[in-house]
Amino acid sequence: MTDKLEHVVCNDPFDPMVVKPLTAMQERYYMASAWRMMWWRFKRHRLAVFAGIVLLLSYASIFIVEFLAPYNLQTRNTDFIFSPPQTVRIFDKGQLRTPFVYPYTYTLNMETLKREYTEDKSRPQTVRFFCRGDSYRFWGLFDSNVHLICPPENGTLFLLGTDRLGRDMASRLLYGGRISLTVGLIGITISFILGISIGGAAGYFGGWVDKSVQRVIEVLRSLPELPLWMALSAALPVTWSPVLIYFGITIILGLLDWPGLARAVRSKLLSLREEDYVVAARLMGASPRHIIARHLLPNFSSHLIASLTLSVPSMILGETALSFLGLGLRPPITSWGVLLSEAQNIEAVALYPWLLFPMLPVVIVVLGFNFLGDGLRDAADPYR
Amino acid sequence: MVIYLTRRLLTMALTLLAISVLVFIIIQLPPGDYLSTYLAELESQGETLSAEKIEFLRAQYGLDKSLVEQYLVWAWGLVHGDLGYSFEYGLPVTDVVGDRLYLSLVLNFATIVFVYAVSFPIGVYSATHQYSWGDHGLTFIGFIGLATPNFLLALVLLYAANVAFGTSIGGLMDPEFIDQPWTVDKALSVLEHLWVPVIVIGTSGTAGMIRRLRANLLDELQKQYVVTARAKGLSESRLLIKYPLRMALNPFIADIGSLLPQIISGAVIVSAVMSLPTTGPMLLSALQSQDMYLAGSFLMFLGLLTVVGMFLSDVLLALLDPRIRLEGGIKR
Repeated sequence: MTDKLEHVVCNDPFDPMVVKPLTAMQERYYMASAWRMMWWRFKRHRLAVFAGIVLLLSYASIFIVEFLAPYNLQTRNTDFIFSPPQTVRIFDKGQLRTPFVYPYTYTLNMETLKREYTEDKSRPQTVRFFCRGDSYRFWGLFDSNVHLICPPENGTLFLLGTDRLGRDMASRLLYGGRISLTVGLIGITISFILGISIGGAAGYFGGWVDKSVQRVIEVLRSLPELPLWMALSAALPVTWSPVLIYFGITIILGLLDWPGLARAVRSKLLSLREEDYVVAARLMGASPRHIIARHLLPNFSSHLIASLTLSVPSMILGETALSFLGLGLRPPITSWGVLLSEAQNIEAVALYPWLLFPMLPVVIVVLGFNFLGDGLRDAADPYR
Repeated sequence: MVIYLTRRLLTMALTLLAISVLVFIIIQLPPGDYLSTYLAELESQGETLSAEKIEFLRAQYGLDKSLVEQYLVWAWGLVHGDLGYSFEYGLPVTDVVGDRLYLSLVLNFATIVFVYAVSFPIGVYSATHQYSWGDHGLTFIGFIGLATPNFLLALVLLYAANVAFGTSIGGLMDPEFIDQPWTVDKALSVLEHLWVPVIVIGTSGTAGMIRRLRANLLDELQKQYVVTARAKGLSESRLLIKYPLRMALNPFIADIGSLLPQIISGAVIVSAVMSLPTTGPMLLSALQSQDMYLAGSFLMFLGLLTVVGMFLSDVLLALLDPRIRLEGGIKR
């Protein structure tokens, strides 16, 4: 392009007060609060939204486990020990019909001494929905026996097989979620409180407080986590009741998790406390606690939420590992790790591979938290 | 450099001291000392000890002294290689442990080599081919690797090997070599068995490492000097190796600080699942029977391994990067 642009002078009177009126859309965009912007950015992250929905559903399920599970936690079907999973089908001899299962007939193979279950294809049994089954007391409030899905009349429904006492794995898995999913939440609350207060003090006061906190964090972070968890939970008195053990384990998980969070809080505070509005608040006589809680924390609460989400999985995995090794939760408390501890020896796994099913929810929940946390972190970052 | 080294050595010593205090507290945590457990056990077998004998034992194990004195005795013993006394086995800890410490060392070292050897090429590929199918696929596999707890991976591998070959892949050497003196054959057998646990333990570390290397390299690749170099006509491969790769390598080595505790943690639980003759299963059984001196020695050993490993990585980093040397401290 060699042609020069024509020189234009506008002769219209200039009025600096004229502002182009914003359209409703623009107004909404420019006036949006930080949280709303974060929500918009988060929504674009498809995978994170999907993970969030999956997690919401699983956490919602722990409120109505009794209703969802076909059997009760401790119901034993002594005729069906180590029964393999039953498949729910809708085609019987090429014909579509209501969902049904084939009943199992049990024989003990006298040569290999293995339990063998064969499907009896001549007697399809219809699965029932919204039906009456094992009775339970719902949250200690009222008695009921309504289930979402029940075994057929005089039949069985083992969606994921049964364990060594003939207990339904699918039901136990649902009940186990109640423990496994909440362990992470309680642990993270403890670690959150510790991380905020210790990291906050280090970041705000600086100086020797900061130095000593830094040293402690360094020591704690240079220790391998799992052996330490193992040692601490082994030190829990054997005489404690299962509920006390549950709280003991969550506290142990939370006690060793705070350094990462404290470090993040500290580095954020170090940069934020030099801002003018902090100086202004201090000059007006605000206490350090007030300044940290009222002015500084809200500034990076979105980051905190993201990093919290990312550290829940390590707690869930920690509980699973400890219970799996027999150092964590113990029966009758049922968590996914406790269920997996049945699959500890290779003989059991080789003969009854469905004992490994509790792996699936663990992996799904951990992946879910990772995706959700990634999405939140991206959404919380204003410089993108 | 000398100043840097001494400072780093000093912090290492202090960290070890703090760890030893922590471990000693853990040893003391279970209610009752060892002697009361021992006496209860004797009583259940119908035997009793005279009061003098009990007093003698109490003095022998130093249980009549204050906690601080007990700690000093224990720590002094540690420095001299006396790891205490395993009450379960009735032997000094050093005799109980045997080869296990060396095998643990070998296992952890092999895993670190594996993590670096695998994550480096994959990380570079992922960064240079960002958003390609290969990158997406590798990222996805990496996510699965991060989310699957390694002891579950071990179980699945054991199961798969059992179904596919009908053999067990547990253990760290062929059965005929167990409790035999070290020979070349035995060492070869260990090498043959080593790869399975190494892959199992290394997976999540590798996945994390790939993600970090990819992110670091991507950051570097967007910088102006890369554009300049490209504009001056440097070939792509030469450009990559000459500048950005070296910069991205820095956090790669510094990351050993977070990798090492992770690998050591993983080795403990995977060893327990695959019944490897390392420290893992023994730590577990010691904890289960609350044989706290034995467990404490293992904890101390694992802590030592981590701290020394981090020290070595920091020295390596200082040799590699003059900025750290000159500042005289580490910025993380």
